[in-house]
Amino acid sequence: MRRVVVTGLGMVSPLGGNVETSWKNIIASKSGAATIARFDASEYKCRIACEVKPVGHEYGYDASLDVDHKIQRQVDPFIVYGISAASEALRDAGLDNMSEEERLRAGCSIGSGIGGLPGIESESQVLATKGPSRVSPHFVHGRLINLISGQVSIKYGLMGPNHAVVTACSTGAHSIGDAARMIAMDDADVMLAGGAESAICPIGIAGFAQARALSTNFNDTPEKASRPYDVNRDGFVMGEGAGVVVLEEYEHAKKRGAKIYAEVIGYGLSGDAYHVTAPHPEGSGGFRSMQMALKKSGLSLEDIDYVNAHGTSTPLGDELELGAVKRLFGDNLSTMSMSSTKSAIGHLLGGAGAVESIFCILAMRDQIVPPTLNLDEPSESCKGVDLVPHVAKERKVRAVLNNSFGFGGTNASLIMKAI
Amino acid sequence: MSETADRVKKIVVEHLGVEAEKVTEDASFIDDLGADSLDIVELVMAFEEEFGVEIPDDAAEKIATVKDAIDYIDSKQ
Repeated sequence: MRRVVVTGLGMVSPLGGNVETSWKNIIASKSGAATIARFDASEYKCRIACEVKPVGHEYGYDASLDVDHKIQRQVDPFIVYGISAASEALRDAGLDNMSEEERLRAGCSIGSGIGGLPGIESESQVLATKGPSRVSPHFVHGRLINLISGQVSIKYGLMGPNHAVVTACSTGAHSIGDAARMIAMDDADVMLAGGAESAICPIGIAGFAQARALSTNFNDTPEKASRPYDVNRDGFVMGEGAGVVVLEEYEHAKKRGAKIYAEVIGYGLSGDAYHVTAPHPEGSGGFRSMQMALKKSGLSLEDIDYVNAHGTSTPLGDELELGAVKRLFGDNLSTMSMSSTKSAIGHLLGGAGAVESIFCILAMRDQIVPPTLNLDEPSESCKGVDLVPHVAKERKVRAVLNNSFGFGGTNASLIMKAI
Repeated sequence: MSETADRVKKIVVEHLGVEAEKVTEDASFIDDLGADSLDIVELVMAFEEEFGVEIPDDAAEKIATVKDAIDYIDSKQ
């Protein structure tokens, strides 16, 4: 089987418009949460989110660096974030100027959980108030989930596989896992893989709040709201942004002298077959997903030093994932660290698995694991697990596991190791 | 320059993200300003909103340059 390595990283997050700014702020225990600025949420049950910040802000993001003004106007923000992250990743890999021959073997697998919800909402209002002849001709292709892959392939001339995963909050992890398999199966030599989301709009916040998924007890202290594993957690904080990695066949990367961040060695997928929103009461889906990734990786549990948890800060989900991790790691629990970076940037839904995989890779690069913020009072079941409360921790990191679980009972786990 | 021309050019600059100097009256939306057929549909909608005129599809298809748009709008006002 062909080996697959990561050679480029790109990101837009609530803590920065690129990878290094986001990572620096994650390690410095900064929070991207605040009162929602994009619309007046004062009448909503949840009034907070981790929004991507505008130019001029300390963590600001400048779309115009990589996305034409016209495209910014025509498409939903999740596509704009995706193009930015993909562009950064390609530049980082030194592949932003490939030959035609190389581009025939380079593809995209960048998905999203929801797609262009803000645009669907606003254009529905145009339809209702002004009629069908005022709906934008760019409405459809500006909202479709596969249009990050579409736009990026057009911008950079990538003629290989063009794909987009839609598996709710597992999208980012599935995208990377599936794209790695496309390279392993010889469908491509290079794949841009990841996920993006931007659903912080009235219908998005109202919908997730009605599903009882969002935190509502910390509207006056937004930075305290995302608190995975803490006894006072009460739901997730919506985030937005994008994460994209460049995956490359190992010999292809070696031959051109590329900087190699990590090798993707394990990928596990499973279904809960239980409930549309609630995780399986024994966490069995997550357990099987991790177990499959581990088996594929050929590693032992003692080799895995860091787990970036799904850890969304929901009362049920955190507990069940923790239980599954404890069962899987058994005697090896004491030597690994696990944290949830959602405590800092919120839940990026379809972007989460990709952004968090990048944090895993950077943890290996810098030999430091990011913190779980707001873990003031860990729940009873946290005993014996190093959840890296409050501050980042320098430690040996040789191999990492990233979990992503989504509505519909869909689970994905990725294992990567330094090379 | 007529008032219509000013308003038309402003809309073109905003929608197509092109520099104002490029939006001459002779400029072709597709050949000179980087528009595609859907961009023209959107521009026509914006003209209709701005000037309160209706531009039927058969007339819209004949609008190829900035001047075509200005002339059509002036003829209806």
